[in-house]
Amino acid sequence: MAQSTHSHGSHGHGHGHDGHEGGHGSLKSYVIGFLLSIVLTIIPLVVVMNDMMSKNGTIVLILILAVLQFAVQLWFFMHLKEGENAKWNIAALLFAVLILVVVVAGSIWIMAYNTVAH
Amino acid sequence: MAKPASQHAGGHHDHEHGHHDLESLKTLGFWIFLMTDVIIFGCLFAVYVVLRNNTAGGPTAEELFKMPGVIAETFILLTSSFTSGLAVLMMHAGKKKALIGWLAVTAILGAAFITLEVTEFIDMVHEGATISTSGFLSGFFTLVGTHGLHVSIGLVWMVGLMIQLSKRGITPVTKRKVEVLSLYWHFLDVVWIFVLTVVYLMGVM
Repeated sequence: MAQSTHSHGSHGHGHGHDGHEGGHGSLKSYVIGFLLSIVLTIIPLVVVMNDMMSKNGTIVLILILAVLQFAVQLWFFMHLKEGENAKWNIAALLFAVLILVVVVAGSIWIMAYNTVAH
Repeated sequence: MAKPASQHAGGHHDHEHGHHDLESLKTLGFWIFLMTDVIIFGCLFAVYVVLRNNTAGGPTAEELFKMPGVIAETFILLTSSFTSGLAVLMMHAGKKKALIGWLAVTAILGAAFITLEVTEFIDMVHEGATISTSGFLSGFFTLVGTHGLHVSIGLVWMVGLMIQLSKRGITPVTKRKVEVLSLYWHFLDVVWIFVLTVVYLMGVM
């Protein structure tokens, strides 16, 4: 599934053993992704609905599981690392995530510690 | 114009090649759109998180959210993300009927999701929890509603694409369209996972 992208020829798709679309996964990768997604969804539901952990512990756990699920979908469903534009896809994603973290964390931080407004 | 599915990476069809490069460039362009959508949702999440305790005497998240419906929505959308992947697999196998069939399953699941969500919204409004009730509910309806709008647009798009596929079959152009649509659909599932986590699970705990 995972292919290296270092062998780009002048025609742009020197990698890829399975044809011109770069990678597009197999039934196996979709099934694995689906099962992992289900597990990663059930764990937070069970933990939260049964009050199994402290509040802060739960928040950290379910956020980590959500990020893991994001990774699972990117890897097994969206095939982020495959295809001839993989590098550009990842670069755009990293940039978007950077902006996302700045906006969300920055907003929470500034609203939590903004003593001037009080 | 183009030969069906299975030529090998080798660049022996110049014309085919130019066409293919254009389609892959369009896929990249769509990915960049999705990344800007990430930023839009990021802003809406930031607003929601900042406002979530400002209930202005109105109902709180804990009083309002009904988890059974939300859990059903979650698994419906998750399954539809999987079935849209199966549609792409069928497309690469050159099976047009199976491709359209899985897209139809995906669309039906998407419609079920939207029905549940709209029902949930209507119930909330009947309970007096409207978008203008409190800062919390403004943030909630804007964030969750924007996601629902994305899913609804995806449904219209999917039906249109199914019609086009049945008329034109699997060509390099319709192929790219299916790939892009399935990226969009997986992306909406990812956004929903964060809605579930940040809005619903954190709301009821």
